[in-house]
Amino acid sequence: MTHESAEPEWLTDDHALSVKELAEMSGLSEVELLELVDYGAVTPIDPEASPWMFTGRCLLTVRTACRLRISFDLEPHGVALIVSLLERIHGLESQLGNLRAQLPRRP
Amino acid sequence: MKYKDYYGILGVDRSATTEAVKKAYRKLAHKYHPDVSKDPEGEEKFKTVAEAYETLKNPEKRAAYDQLGRHAPGENFRPPPDWGQQHGDPQFSFDDADLADLFAGMAAGRHPGGGHIRMSGQDYDVSTRISLADAFHGTEVELSLTVPEPDAQGRLHRVPRTLKVRIPKGATDGQRMRLAGRGGKGLNGGRDGDLYLNITLHSHPLFRISGHDLYFDLPLAPWEAVLGASLEVPTLAGAVRLKVPPNTQAGQQLRLSGRGLPKPQGKAAGDLFAIVQIVLPVAASDIERGLFEQLATGSTFNPRERLQQEINNDS
Repeated sequence: MTHESAEPEWLTDDHALSVKELAEMSGLSEVELLELVDYGAVTPIDPEASPWMFTGRCLLTVRTACRLRISFDLEPHGVALIVSLLERIHGLESQLGNLRAQLPRRP
Repeated sequence: MKYKDYYGILGVDRSATTEAVKKAYRKLAHKYHPDVSKDPEGEEKFKTVAEAYETLKNPEKRAAYDQLGRHAPGENFRPPPDWGQQHGDPQFSFDDADLADLFAGMAAGRHPGGGHIRMSGQDYDVSTRISLADAFHGTEVELSLTVPEPDAQGRLHRVPRTLKVRIPKGATDGQRMRLAGRGGKGLNGGRDGDLYLNITLHSHPLFRISGHDLYFDLPLAPWEAVLGASLEVPTLAGAVRLKVPPNTQAGQQLRLSGRGLPKPQGKAAGDLFAIVQIVLPVAASDIERGLFEQLATGSTFNPRERLQQEINNDS
């Protein structure tokens, strides 16, 4: 049995990643990554800026895209569509959770 | 090595065509894929299904699998004597290996030129559930993993590993964190995979969680709501005084700024909200009843003014 200890890093909107870093961390090539941006699956922090930077949260989206592409053998357009629908579902789930937290419990 | 019935897992006959295998896999992947499934055990089930498909979709691997013979799922077995010679690594250690590693090894070992290709290590996704108090103060969790790791000859073995991870304060429900290089080991100079931690919080008997904000119900007696009050209320850092202003209504949210969960990287903490509930004594005493009767006679307050207007409009 090996015991190790480690310090994790946050994946939040404050964390900015370059295309190169995002590619390295997600295991996709830069070309594949730019294809995902092209199809609207991920959006740079400022699409007008050069070079593009991405939030830490984008890394999670890119990994999801990567998993879906491999598991379901999908082409980029299909991946982008599913990823954007999943993002919408997660957004709605989090809104629902926030509203539930504000509902008083029955005394 | 323990036998796994890949055909049974996918629910297909041994004679199924590659197309039928693919169809069965897709159906199960829709059901269990962790990104689309709501099944709490979906991820584990998907891994099993994906492992079966990974072998059966490839004619070479499928033939090698078929030659292992038929066994009961979970039964300890050894491949036929010449199996390793024919299909993979003759030196493969079958004792502490997993069937998946055996077939993964076939993919890694065989390629044009016979050299060794560089392969990145696998990323791991691990979930951990912590208490609200631990999220508030920061905590340390111990993750237990069983992972395939290559030995000096590059052969894969299942190794138990525990990893102590310090979760600094700032996490909330659904928080994701990354541990660089803590996933599977890379092969032949490939980079090590990463470990992704998914943190969820146990529900709390009092506080409800919304991002970094927290909510709780604050019951007030009718006279406290009317006259105002200074009350002691609980927070994650201990009790504090809360001033309830006069004429506070039911459902109103009283904010305790910065008393919610801390945020990462030193940003201002979330808030704590007390949601006012106006409650009555379960059974009013004679004195209380007398006082309410005085109020009923003396007050001109009509709580149903809008309803009355609506009734008047209709008639």
